[in-house]
Amino acid sequence: MINAVKNYIGSLFLFELFKGLGVTGRYLFARKFTVQYPEEKAPVSPRFRGLHALRRYPNGEERCISCKLCEAVCPALAITIEAEPRADGSRRTTKYEIDLFKCIYCGFCEESCPVDSIVLSRVYEYCMEENGERLIGKERLLELGDKHEAQLATDRAEQAKYR
Amino acid sequence: MTDETLVTIEVDGRELKARPGAMLIEVTDAAGINIPRFCYHKKLSVSANCRMCLVEVEKAPKPMPACATPVANGMKVKTRSPTALAAQKGTLEFLLINHPLDCPICDQGGECELQDVAMGYGAGVSRYIEKKRVVSDPDIGPLVATDMTRCIHCTRCVRFGAEIAGIREMGATGRGEHMKIGTYIQSSVDSELSGNIIDLCPVGALTSKPYRFQARAWELTQSDAVGPHDAVGSNLYLHVRRDKVMRVAPRGNEAVNECWISDRDRFSYEALESTARLKRPLVKENGKWRELPWDEALDLAAGMLKGAGAGLKTLISPSATLEELYLAQKLTRGLGSSHIDHRLRQGDFRNDASPALRWLGMPIAEIERLDVAVVVGGNPRKDQPLIGHRLRKAAMAGASITYINPCKFDLNYGADQQVESPAGMVKRLAGLAKAIGVTGELVANAVVDDQCKALAGQLKNAGKAAIFLGNIANAHPDLAVLETLAGRIATATNAFFGFLQEGANAVGAQLAGAAPHRLPGGKAAETQGKNARRMLSDKIEGALLIGADPALDCWDPSAVRQSFSNAKDVVALTAFRTRSLESCANLMLPIGWFAESSGTLVNGQGDWQTFAGAVSPIGEARPAWKVLRVLGNLTDVEGFDYQNSAEVLNEVRAACEGVSLDNAIGEGCLDVQFKEGPLTRIGYVPLYAADVAVRHAPSLQRTANAADSALLRVNGATARIYALSSGAPISVCQGNGEAQLMVCIDEGIASDCALVPAGLAATGGLGPMFGEITLEKD
Repeated sequence: MINAVKNYIGSLFLFELFKGLGVTGRYLFARKFTVQYPEEKAPVSPRFRGLHALRRYPNGEERCISCKLCEAVCPALAITIEAEPRADGSRRTTKYEIDLFKCIYCGFCEESCPVDSIVLSRVYEYCMEENGERLIGKERLLELGDKHEAQLATDRAEQAKYR
Repeated sequence: MTDETLVTIEVDGRELKARPGAMLIEVTDAAGINIPRFCYHKKLSVSANCRMCLVEVEKAPKPMPACATPVANGMKVKTRSPTALAAQKGTLEFLLINHPLDCPICDQGGECELQDVAMGYGAGVSRYIEKKRVVSDPDIGPLVATDMTRCIHCTRCVRFGAEIAGIREMGATGRGEHMKIGTYIQSSVDSELSGNIIDLCPVGALTSKPYRFQARAWELTQSDAVGPHDAVGSNLYLHVRRDKVMRVAPRGNEAVNECWISDRDRFSYEALESTARLKRPLVKENGKWRELPWDEALDLAAGMLKGAGAGLKTLISPSATLEELYLAQKLTRGLGSSHIDHRLRQGDFRNDASPALRWLGMPIAEIERLDVAVVVGGNPRKDQPLIGHRLRKAAMAGASITYINPCKFDLNYGADQQVESPAGMVKRLAGLAKAIGVTGELVANAVVDDQCKALAGQLKNAGKAAIFLGNIANAHPDLAVLETLAGRIATATNAFFGFLQEGANAVGAQLAGAAPHRLPGGKAAETQGKNARRMLSDKIEGALLIGADPALDCWDPSAVRQSFSNAKDVVALTAFRTRSLESCANLMLPIGWFAESSGTLVNGQGDWQTFAGAVSPIGEARPAWKVLRVLGNLTDVEGFDYQNSAEVLNEVRAACEGVSLDNAIGEGCLDVQFKEGPLTRIGYVPLYAADVAVRHAPSLQRTANAADSALLRVNGATARIYALSSGAPISVCQGNGEAQLMVCIDEGIASDCALVPAGLAATGGLGPMFGEITLEKD
């Protein structure tokens, strides 16, 4: 009985409406957080785990030695590696494939890598139009590594003290 | 051993009984107490040089190596006391000083004894900051890869070479920091058992070359298999990844292969991925091969087989599985023919009337306990490497081994090698029989020389003696006489009498009835069909070839060429597409080989060893037993409704109920039929030409064993008669066939004889393995 009267009076004086407008009014004058993506971008942590990349040494030699620890540690079984001796006798991959749909971006591959080859970069802007594109191979991964090497190297140098 | 003779020791508070003189580590291993070790191996001598197995022994002033400390009554041992652990930790730290930290690129990573022991007994962090040693890697052949920087000098490989392989191929040079393991001189490791050093090496210094960088231990799944090449039937593990056999490793079985396997069993898996594998059914139309779908191919095959009917001739490989052999004979006999044979390289079939079901005649493990062994026409070291190893063990234990061969073989132990021409072998055996007191027309006229007398004396006085007939005897045109004589000698001297047969399943083939004179269960057939040699003596209309490449696997390639020249209905079930098979067959159906099919192999000592398929057959290939089953259905033969290979096996098992293997030849045959010409061919199948799969295993074909096989070997005296010089090219003519070979002067060959290999493409045009040849210089 009492509640019914309360509700009636509340709705009669549009109390809730003014309460809501109060919130709108407060944010109208408050400092704005909205980012105008894609013109503007939110800051990204150096520990961000985005798209994968394979790095090279400064002399251009690929780092990956095909030890397959990333393949073994991957909880989503997203990595497939095949290897054989290269012409110079060194141990190299002939296939390094990541399934981006399977990957859960846990970063275990990066942590397991003894030569800092496979890394998760800051890149988060990627999309696929066709199903097959979810598999990215060695060529593409090395390309990504080359493209972002400067950033990857500084991020890793910065984070080295926490590892 | 009675309880009183055993000593009692105490290890970590546990009381253990031990044989006096046993090493501590043997006792703890038997009791399941783990002591870390690198250099100790149960099959090798004790060298005690790694010092990893140091344990604390009460009243001993210093820790003692468990591998070199004999047990004594009342001994108290602590394997995990602070002293023992400190000693082990210290040893490991020294071992790791020079061991590179390259586990990520090391093939041993994940299955490395050093990794495991370092985890269990080492310090977590290295204190070593100085330079590490680097050692160059010798190239020791196409089978074993070396990374000698990783070597920890356990010398297992060195001891293996000296004690098991019988050739000191690996050795240690230099001392201390400068000690290196390698081949003394720049050479490859050529033993037929060399692959075992891969398993022995506790670190990644010696690894498999074909497997190099291919996979990691944790990716592999393991399944059981049986060696598909020889009568040993070595127990194997297949290591499979993503439906592909990545490597083969031994499965320990003391009664068969101990912990070793031959290189042939270890590396032949490469043939599974050979480019020569047949992947789709093919039919020959106007001389061209066309692919066709299975259903069409099967209908065509069934039509061909039905058309051939009672004239069908079936040649099946002696390495085919029991199921394949059984279904092949059931199909052939169901179609009204009884011409089926697996004895493709047998030279003489006159003893088919005898009830013998040929086998090794004794358990494999007993061979090493022989006092006297006589091998007639054979080289088990290469033909059945692990039987050769057992014979070597016997010789090392003091047995006297005699070979009666048409040529001297390179043996890894001291043996009396009596070299006789093929006809001379028969005479010598007759002489031996006479010296022993065997009667018979041939024996009565034999000449008994001192060698015969000496050997007869040995056989008579031996506690345990055996006579074996090997692969050369099997191809000998007077096999029946050799068999009869050897059998009678064995009976007279109470020795074992055995056959070192060709193929992996020769015993199984007899039990399955895949021979013209045998029904399943080894019963004598009422209507005897033609044997492998007679089948090829006239034109073939319709034939079924299973796993056999007749031109290379048969006794007489020229007869194969002639008999198959106009054949219309030849169905070949084959895993490999070879040029010689293409010239014989009209329809080729792809079948699985080895790991691709389930089956059973019966080894020389009569063990039925069943295995499951581990990978799916390549391309559209199907297991051979399934193909035979469907062909049975399509040709309306009764009783081909099997659901799985186990049903086939059960049927063979039922047929073999109560059947025992027996080498008793019975009446036998003593009529010598082989006449030698001025120059006689000795046909010998080299180690890596034994069957079609081995011929397609690339790494094995690159070995020195395979490389020096295409040679014509004659002794110096014979070479002078024909004015031959070593290394010169020569054409060998036999019948209307010809082959180009290089001359090799080898004083071990009997006079007026030439060793011309069989089973090779180079000699595939020649005639029988034994026969008259002429030489023509270019």
